[in-house]
Amino acid sequence: MTDATERTVTSRWLNRDRVSVLLIALGCVALLLGGSLLYPGFLKPGYILQQLQIAAFLGIIATGAMLVILLGEIDLSVPWTITGTAIVVISASGSSNPLVASLAIPLGLCLGIAVGLLNAIGVAVFRVPAMVWTLAVNAMLLGAAVFYTGNSRPNGEVPWLATQAATGRTFGIPNAFLVWLVVAAITVWVLKRTVYGNYLYALGNSRRAVFLAGARVRLVMVATFVLAGVFSSFGAILLLGYTNQAYQGMGDPYLMPVISAVVIGGTSIQGGRGNYIGTFAGAIFITLLSSILSVMQMPPAAREMIFGAIILVMLLVHGLTNKKEGV
Amino acid sequence: MMTWLRQNARETIAALALVILFAGYIAIHPRGFSTYVVTIWSNQGTLLGLAAIAQFFVVLVKGIDLSVGSIIALTNVMGSFLLNGSPTSIALGMAVVLTVGVACGLVNGIAVVYGGVQPIVTTLATGGIFGGIALLLRPTPGGSIDETMSDALTYAVAGIPVSAVILVIVLVILLVLLRRTAVGLGLYAIGSSEQSAYMTGLRVNRLKLVAYGSSGFVAALAGTYVSMVTLTGDPNIAPSYTLNSIAAVVLGGVALSGGVGSPLGAVIGALILKTISSLMFFSGLPPLAQPFFEGLILATAIALGALGVFQVRSRLELYR
Repeated sequence: MTDATERTVTSRWLNRDRVSVLLIALGCVALLLGGSLLYPGFLKPGYILQQLQIAAFLGIIATGAMLVILLGEIDLSVPWTITGTAIVVISASGSSNPLVASLAIPLGLCLGIAVGLLNAIGVAVFRVPAMVWTLAVNAMLLGAAVFYTGNSRPNGEVPWLATQAATGRTFGIPNAFLVWLVVAAITVWVLKRTVYGNYLYALGNSRRAVFLAGARVRLVMVATFVLAGVFSSFGAILLLGYTNQAYQGMGDPYLMPVISAVVIGGTSIQGGRGNYIGTFAGAIFITLLSSILSVMQMPPAAREMIFGAIILVMLLVHGLTNKKEGV
Repeated sequence: MMTWLRQNARETIAALALVILFAGYIAIHPRGFSTYVVTIWSNQGTLLGLAAIAQFFVVLVKGIDLSVGSIIALTNVMGSFLLNGSPTSIALGMAVVLTVGVACGLVNGIAVVYGGVQPIVTTLATGGIFGGIALLLRPTPGGSIDETMSDALTYAVAGIPVSAVILVIVLVILLVLLRRTAVGLGLYAIGSSEQSAYMTGLRVNRLKLVAYGSSGFVAALAGTYVSMVTLTGDPNIAPSYTLNSIAAVVLGGVALSGGVGSPLGAVIGALILKTISSLMFFSGLPPLAQPFFEGLILATAIALGALGVFQVRSRLELYR
């Protein structure tokens, strides 16, 4: 797109980003109203708060995915970063050594950092396409997890803090949602107000230009992948507190919803465009959608189809409005 | 000859790696080099090879297809209903299965070309839809396939596996079409630079649809061949085919940025992957450690392919 069209598009109050947020907010309202026709409990605060609690796990993981997507890359190692973190935390916390047990959560976050660094080495140093490299990293994590646990469910204890953060409530509001709000506030600030945030958007638009401008491209890329790993691990720890167990493949159902939440929230998969409010609303939308489909007692196959179809329709709406604007 | 090798360096290196891996596989296989061993290897390789060709068509025009596995699963499941009975009904069933494959590919293509949605997210969503249909049709693996046909297509004739013959025929047809026809060259042109292709007067939209449709067609071939090898329809095979097809095209020197590579490279990549996992099976490593080493070897192979980054004169070339 040319500069001129960009200026006219963004100068209008109803710019592209706001349209996506508005669209998805309307989608959430439609889901709630539609759901309440089938099942009257849908509009009760109890149900909505519970959905916000579940959306928080997805939302926190999607935060990391969004940073990587803004960069113009993608992280497909999310599923086994989640599972791996859950396994590490649950077995460390159940350890007989009190020091290891007390360090369970930091150890879990360290795994996220390590995975992020590994992803970054491939993508930022070797310049391997992120889609392939993170896939290979995911395969290695899977292998390591299978080897470590002997392909059985890992035993151990869920740390008290994880359970509190995931299932506890403060003044009636789920802690998980409050944690997500804090994460969201920090993310919005980082994206809008810090040098790192500016570089992230700039790198998504033109890596060459940013490199020529003298920015430390590799450092920003490494930082982004590490942050994504940390967010995946953070979400995994909350998830562990919620499910109260770790099992093989617990992260597998998260990859598609995470990417969908980011993309229907208006973040461009090519990088450089998007805002966090969209991802926030996207995570809530995806959670409501899957909740309604399961309340309707759809068989999993039909659920998968409808899920895919609705996401495709939302993407088409985005795509067609973009085309009209000449993006 | 030397110029050809230099021009196709990635494919040549991949082919060398394949030969070494295959020799290693034969060396440690308890039954050594026999028609039986080679036929099994070739059947497995053909499955993934066809999946990789399907992926190649989309990657060629700068896309990526995360629904390849789901199309294979869907056509495999449909095959388990339709590929049975009298020769006429099998032929009709085959036509239906291949049409469904093309239709799935075209759905992806239309959403990408006319809907303005990025290929990766389009196929992420349609993959869910196709996979869902497969799961609805057949919630658990089952069904039946005509056994005479399966035997004819999966055994060996005069020591040569039929699957290898099929794969070679498909490859030759595709290589000729891609290198010698206007449509084939047009696909490469679009992958290299869509804008230039458009300026040259190529019908970019229509050619992209051809690429996506061909991808669906080859995916349907793969799905049919899965039916032949396994004799069942299984809706759960999607993820492994999608992931391995992407890894295969990259190992085979097909650039994810479009316009570079050939179906031959994609197939070599697929055969490398298949040989690695067969090697693992007979390597004597504890079974629980095998998935890790498979992932490690995949990552190493990809990283080795990327060693060229240390030769660039200016780091600017790394950022596009």
